[in-house]
Amino acid sequence: MFEVLSNETLAPNLHRMVVRAPRIATARRPGQFVIVRADRGEERIPLTIGDADPAEGTITLFVQAIGASTRRIVSTPAGGSLRDVAGPLGQPTHIEQFGRVACVGGGVGTAVLYPLAKALAAAGNEVTSIIGGRSSQYIILADELAALSHELLVTTEDGTRGRKGFVTAALADLMADPERAPRLVLAVGPVPMMRAVAELTRPHGIQTLVSLNPIMIDGTGMCGGCRVVVGGESKFACVDGPEFDGHRVDYASLMDRLTTYREFEDAARCAADECRLGEVANG
Amino acid sequence: MANDLAMKERLAIPRVHMPELDATERSRNFAEVNRGLEMTDAVREAQRCIQCKHRPCVDGCPVGVSIPEVLDALAAEDLPLAARILRGDNALPAVCGRVCPQETQCEAKCVRGVKGDAVAIGYLERFVADWAMANPDRLGQADRPAASDRTVAVVGAGPAGLTAAGELARAGHRVTVFEALHDTGGVLRYGIPEFRLPKEIIDSEVEQLAALGVAIDCNVIIGKTLTLDQLRAEFDAVFIANGAGLPMMLDLKGENLKGVYSANELLTRVNLMEAGRNPAATTPVIAGKSVAVIGGGNTAMDCVRTARRLGAQRAMIVYRRSEAEMPARVEEIKHAKEEGVEFVMLTAPLEIIGNESGWVAALRCRRMELGPPDDSGRRKPVPVEGSEFDLPADVVVNAIGTRANPLLTATAPDLDLNTWGNIVVDDAGATSLPGVFAGGDMVRGGATVILAMGDGKRAAAAINRALAG
Ligand SMILES: Cc1cc2nc3c(=O)[nH]c(=O)nc-3n(C[C@H](O)[C@H](O)[C@H](O)COP(=O)(O)OP(=O)(O)OC[C@H]3O[C@@H](n4cnc5c(N)ncnc54)[C@H](O)[C@@H]3O)c2cc1C
Ligand SMILES: Cc1cc2nc3c(=O)[nH]c(=O)nc-3n(C[C@H](O)[C@H](O)[C@H](O)COP(=O)(O)OP(=O)(O)OC[C@H]3O[C@@H](n4cnc5c(N)ncnc54)[C@H](O)[C@@H]3O)c2cc1C
Ligand code: SF4
Ligand code: SF4
Ligand code: FES
Repeated sequence: MFEVLSNETLAPNLHRMVVRAPRIATARRPGQFVIVRADRGEERIPLTIGDADPAEGTITLFVQAIGASTRRIVSTPAGGSLRDVAGPLGQPTHIEQFGRVACVGGGVGTAVLYPLAKALAAAGNEVTSIIGGRSSQYIILADELAALSHELLVTTEDGTRGRKGFVTAALADLMADPERAPRLVLAVGPVPMMRAVAELTRPHGIQTLVSLNPIMIDGTGMCGGCRVVVGGESKFACVDGPEFDGHRVDYASLMDRLTTYREFEDAARCAADECRLGEVANG
Repeated sequence: MANDLAMKERLAIPRVHMPELDATERSRNFAEVNRGLEMTDAVREAQRCIQCKHRPCVDGCPVGVSIPEVLDALAAEDLPLAARILRGDNALPAVCGRVCPQETQCEAKCVRGVKGDAVAIGYLERFVADWAMANPDRLGQADRPAASDRTVAVVGAGPAGLTAAGELARAGHRVTVFEALHDTGGVLRYGIPEFRLPKEIIDSEVEQLAALGVAIDCNVIIGKTLTLDQLRAEFDAVFIANGAGLPMMLDLKGENLKGVYSANELLTRVNLMEAGRNPAATTPVIAGKSVAVIGGGNTAMDCVRTARRLGAQRAMIVYRRSEAEMPARVEEIKHAKEEGVEFVMLTAPLEIIGNESGWVAALRCRRMELGPPDDSGRRKPVPVEGSEFDLPADVVVNAIGTRANPLLTATAPDLDLNTWGNIVVDDAGATSLPGVFAGGDMVRGGATVILAMGDGKRAAAAINRALAG
């Protein structure tokens, strides 16, 4: 059992949870993730390790509640516990002094990006963070990223915060400015966003890394369910990734595979909603 | 006494039949197919054993179970004695009685099989083990040596790891088993389906280990959560039994379509995560209407029979050799046929064809014919020109095999591996690193439960010697 020490809501359906997991806190390096199972019978859900405190023996998770299983995770209150937390899994991000680096995050991808931006800044890189969301309330970790970034750019689709539009517009401007153009771009977010970033940087030959989120079960290379196509080859995102060269990823295949269980997910969400409606009606 | 039967009487008894669930009924649920013998039938079957002095059956068993002695006790209806002998030789008899390929091991060597049917050693082993599980208070407590202050880490809670843990705990050592998944059993839990091996059996075995004081630490991935070096620093010895759980890919066009599973993924979803068999489980699984499983081993049989139980109208085995060359156990093939599985033999997959929404629509195949024998002594399949055809399917399962998972070994560069990534060991199970032993599928490549257990037992004995010295 892994005790939840705190659980707060950062944005609608987005929670920051601090969990006691001393071995993982010690072993973990930026870019790695854990597999979490809230309870018996629940799915195994991959979640990036957002931060870790080895001295305290804790890890921080940023969890977006989208389906039945992630809702079960975020509904665990402080003082409660998660049954299974396994990790750290995946390859750590390769961190070195690149010079100017742009870290581009969309939605909950910003949470996956945060530990990478932090590690890159700590290694002496000049980090520009570009984060976007549908609307101002979906912008997360802006203060945390501003504190470690040379510059923080925010975009919202409805213009309620920062620049109106997508993160790619802000990145295009950055690239066009020889004083600010990045040598490395890291993009984490919805698959279409990562693909758009990769298409933007490709003609300029700017090295671009993306962090992929295929469906996983074990997270240890045992099932092959997380396979993604990179440079024409099958790779297991849980052991070979989750970060890959953004210019070589087959995004269409990834997006398509992510829809495999859509019918089941809709059914599970409906069931969960009906339960809640039931509670409201009874309570 | 009942076992004072004359030879003639023994020889006159026909081999017992295993009661099974009706094939049509069972092909739609996950209940165990083999129901187990009744006491009278088991005793009678044990009386068929003619107590050969040279014990050929024992030579056929990789762990040398004292078969004649167990059967003699059973024939005399002394179940506590039968159980004590059996458990002394085999740490997981309820598992082996169900899943060992007896027809190529103990029963293959049985004298009674020369002219007629071998004694049903596997059924009887299961009977005695199930009796022991149901009657723990009638077994008596085994003597336990004084607790030692030596510690051993076991990596992997599959049959090899669990066996070693039991042996080491019985020798008094403090044992911790580290398991990557959230539950124990290895392939016994995530691979072999409930209808062949009910999961309560693994739970019961693991409870016994816990009662011996073995600590079981799930969610710990050696090579990730802790390194082998950390284990070596913290424990007096390490036994590595992390299996061969890395699926081999087909490298066929269309392999990433929706509806294509590796055997491990399909089986893990259904067995470990209970998808499709427990209404409360949240993990989904695609239940195909027409399912093509590529391969001819136990894993392929488990996948195709699982697909049938998930509701497939057509469940097919696609295998490039003929039925005679199939490595699966005879019983699995028989059960699969009874359950309506189709065997598409001498057929090799060429490509997986998708529909416009990215789902599997068909498996493109080519007919094969058997040519001269290859290195393995089996006749080599050669393609028949112009024989391509499409097998309609909405789920395709790749059950062609697994390899060693490099998660642990990649972080232990001093550990000697062979070309396939398996750990190299000596006869006692010792690796190239002092104090580190290994066994099971990680050493052998995909093998059998009983061989994995034999490795666990042998390595535990070597560790006991090393720790005593
Ligand atoms: C390496 C990695 C790191 C991740 N890090 C985070 C993180 O830090 N925070 C966070 O909120 N989410 C993260 N995710 C995504 C998270 O795992 C999924 O949102 C979650 O599994 C969805 O489960 P669900 O049952 O709640 O939703 P469902 O109702 O099952 O699915 C909702 C949507 O999520 C997608 N999805 C379903 N299952 C998975 C899965 N196992 N993995 C990925 N996507 C899936 C589906 O395509 C679907 O569109 C990460 C995923 C990966 C692979
Ligand atoms: C579907 C299927 C059906 C089979 N049917 C039969 C049959 O009928 N009869 C038969 O005799 N054999 C059968 N086999 C083969 C048999 O199951 C294996 O040979 C046997 O389980 C090997 O045992 P093991 O202990 O070496 O490894 P495994 O059973 O593979 O167990 C290894 C364990 O180690 C864990 N692990 C892996 N990596 C790590 C790590 N880094 N850190 C911590 N833990 C780790 C795994 O999660 C797993 O629990 C079958 C195999 C399959 C796949
Ligand atoms: S362990 Fe397997 S091979 Fe040995 S006697 Fe039992 S069933 Fe036969
Ligand atoms: S070979 Fe057959 S008959 Fe002979 S002792 Fe073994 S089980 Fe009995
Ligand atoms: S999640 Fe199973 S292999 Fe990656």
